Amino acid sequence: MFGKRRNIALLIPNMLACVHKTGKPQISGWEGNAMDTMTEFREVVDQPYAYLQKLKGQTGKKMVGYVCSYTPEEILLAAGAHPVRFFGTKEQIHLADSHLQSYSCSIVRGVLEEGLSGRIGFLDGMIFPHTCDSIQRLSDIWRMNIPFGFHLDLVLPVKLNTSSARDYMTDVLRKFQNDVGRALGVNITDDDLQKAIGTMNAIRQSIRDLYEIRSQYPHLLSGADLYTLVRASMMMDRERLAGMLAETAVKMKAKAAGEKPDASLKRIILVGGMCNHPDIYPLIEKAGGAVVWDDFCTGARYFTELVAGGDDPVAGIAERLIRRVVCPAKHAGLDRRAKHILRLVREHNARGVIFLLFKFCDPHAFDYPDIRKSMDEAGIPVLLLEMEDPLPGEGQLKTRFEAFLEMV
Amino acid sequence: MSEVNSDKEKRKIKSEKKMRDIMTAYYIDAKMARQNNKKVAWITSGGPVEPLIAMDVIPVYPENHGAMIGASKMGVDLCEKAESMGYSNDLCSYARSDISCATVNGGPIGGLPEPDMLVCCNNICGTVLKWYEVQARYFNIPLFIFDTPFCHTEYTKEAKRYVERQIEEYVAFLEGACGRKMDQDRMKDVGRISFEGQKLWQEVLDTAVHKPSPMTAFDAFFHLALIVTLRGTQQTIDYYQGLLAEMKDRIHAGIGAIPREQYRLLWDNLPIWYRMKWLSQKFAEHDACLVADTYTSAWCGAMKYIDENKFLDSMAEAYSRIYLNIGVDEMAKMVIAMIDKYQVDGFVLHSNRSCKPYSLGQFDIQRIVEKERNIPCLMIEADMVDERSFSESQVSTRIDAFMEIIKDRKRT
Repeated sequence: MFGKRRNIALLIPNMLACVHKTGKPQISGWEGNAMDTMTEFREVVDQPYAYLQKLKGQTGKKMVGYVCSYTPEEILLAAGAHPVRFFGTKEQIHLADSHLQSYSCSIVRGVLEEGLSGRIGFLDGMIFPHTCDSIQRLSDIWRMNIPFGFHLDLVLPVKLNTSSARDYMTDVLRKFQNDVGRALGVNITDDDLQKAIGTMNAIRQSIRDLYEIRSQYPHLLSGADLYTLVRASMMMDRERLAGMLAETAVKMKAKAAGEKPDASLKRIILVGGMCNHPDIYPLIEKAGGAVVWDDFCTGARYFTELVAGGDDPVAGIAERLIRRVVCPAKHAGLDRRAKHILRLVREHNARGVIFLLFKFCDPHAFDYPDIRKSMDEAGIPVLLLEMEDPLPGEGQLKTRFEAFLEMV
Repeated sequence: MSEVNSDKEKRKIKSEKKMRDIMTAYYIDAKMARQNNKKVAWITSGGPVEPLIAMDVIPVYPENHGAMIGASKMGVDLCEKAESMGYSNDLCSYARSDISCATVNGGPIGGLPEPDMLVCCNNICGTVLKWYEVQARYFNIPLFIFDTPFCHTEYTKEAKRYVERQIEEYVAFLEGACGRKMDQDRMKDVGRISFEGQKLWQEVLDTAVHKPSPMTAFDAFFHLALIVTLRGTQQTIDYYQGLLAEMKDRIHAGIGAIPREQYRLLWDNLPIWYRMKWLSQKFAEHDACLVADTYTSAWCGAMKYIDENKFLDSMAEAYSRIYLNIGVDEMAKMVIAMIDKYQVDGFVLHSNRSCKPYSLGQFDIQRIVEKERNIPCLMIEADMVDERSFSESQVSTRIDAFMEIIKDRKRT
């Protein structure tokens, strides 16, 4: 489901302590109950299927998978279902090879592998929002080959900056609401939706709070830990998660109260599709860097923007999808992404940008030269790291990060 | 030798010269647009061109240009140039060669005429969206995105409403760019002419049903240019009427496209532009004629949704439901229908690294074809423009092996 490599630092959090230069013993900011909280997140990320099957057994909730951050989780929650994000596979890909050519990305091939292997046969359904050309075909191949669960397409608009596109977004979400209701045999009411919006807003706000704290005091919260927390957020029971995250954010704020920012850290922003390799975080940290923000769909693009209150919950959800930080597979103007990344660099006082480019990810690969040009013009150093599966060896990565951080 | 030459001459399609003349005149006209106070729009191959014709805007097709770059074997050089600009070598080779060509005015015709506006319809892929964004930034000109929601299993009423509204927006965009209102009568005429052109193109392709076939898919790849670039003009109708008459004459005279048509094949995906001649000879040596393909019929495959008298209204659905904007199972059905219609003995699939919407799903289509029609299938790994992804010896060996299987089957 995730990158093939196990993150050793995740399993032994104290290892990270030695790299911080604050002089105080650190355990990544987690103490007491917070430590238990982190343990729970780690368990979910390490053994997601065990967690999901247990959750399904205990609650009887329908498990519904999805592959793109434009999925309106609120509608699934309102239907009483449990949304689960898929990121690829931890296993070798062989079954998917007889359906997808080698030039489709590891995420698309990995998700299909999980379906074909039956490892996620406990799913009750799968949602395919219109994203890129590869996910579009993954949807067809899934529908034609996977015997378990229902299959739903959510054909979102590709352009977002016109009034007809905005109306279509609302129309298609209403259709989705009906489709989900029919697939699950439930009637989704506005009250259900308002409650789900409240939960998702709380989750997004808490993750954002934690990102803000990390940006101010990167030494308090390691990149790998925040990665784990965000990943877990897309898989855990959302009610429980909302409480845990709120509590964690409060504790982290309290912890941060007596802290001073560590000026020695070289502040970096990560940009790309997603990161399936958490081991890159300790490598960056060991080289003297600190990831202070990201533009990932399994990161900041997931939690930015909340659904505004209003009488029409579906219109509110649509509005959020229109306004949120844009994915390169969609169009919201010619310079939206370059400007957004420049703004992130300035707001978070970053000294460099690292692009993690998934091999065969067309939308990001098309954007890269333009964003690179904007960064060059603003004098912001950029490192491009093409993410092949498997990644280059640790030694090679370490050398590249060190050389880059030396330069910034 | 003279016998060989006269046989070659006999099989040569005479309309070809006229086609070259029309295309040359078209590109000269497009290059002179500025002097003649005409506007140029770059448009995607599946895009709604008829409103441009009605507004006297000259449509120019970067994809047609990409095909010319590929056919003239200039693709590698231009793709490498794009890679030096930071574009990954995994990206579409049409896009790569067009993006770099715009900066150096290279390629077989010294670059395309500079556009005044861009019209991007994503009914063929998501790649065109990113490609046209790049060009809109480079030329700093208006970009109209015609967003046709993908029809996995249906054309929803929500999508219908959205696409129909975009037709109004598109007309308003063109009126703004040209500074005048659209002449509705002219638009109706263009719509009827476009429909007529599509019908004729389908009739031309239909002649390949005859045994021996008067044309091959390689011929179709060439004669396709007009239905793509000049759809909606009288010239296209005149040309295809001539071509159709020539095909009918060939059928009467018993002239096949290849000397001995023993085996009939269906082609899937875009052509391998830089190996057209080699591939056509290779198959002809095996007495195999590629009689049809899924690609060239895409420009007349959605005619059933068009009302020729209400073209503008009905084009929303027609442009949304073209071959590449539908589900893999729907595509497989169309492939099966072509297998039956053209009575083919084998199916050749070009797995094209450049085109994910066309290629991802081919394995499933192949399985469906094998199961439902039990004919041999061959998948060729290549790229439409970038020769670096083509191994001639490997493809040659595989074609030989594939043809052996077909011959064996035919014998029994």
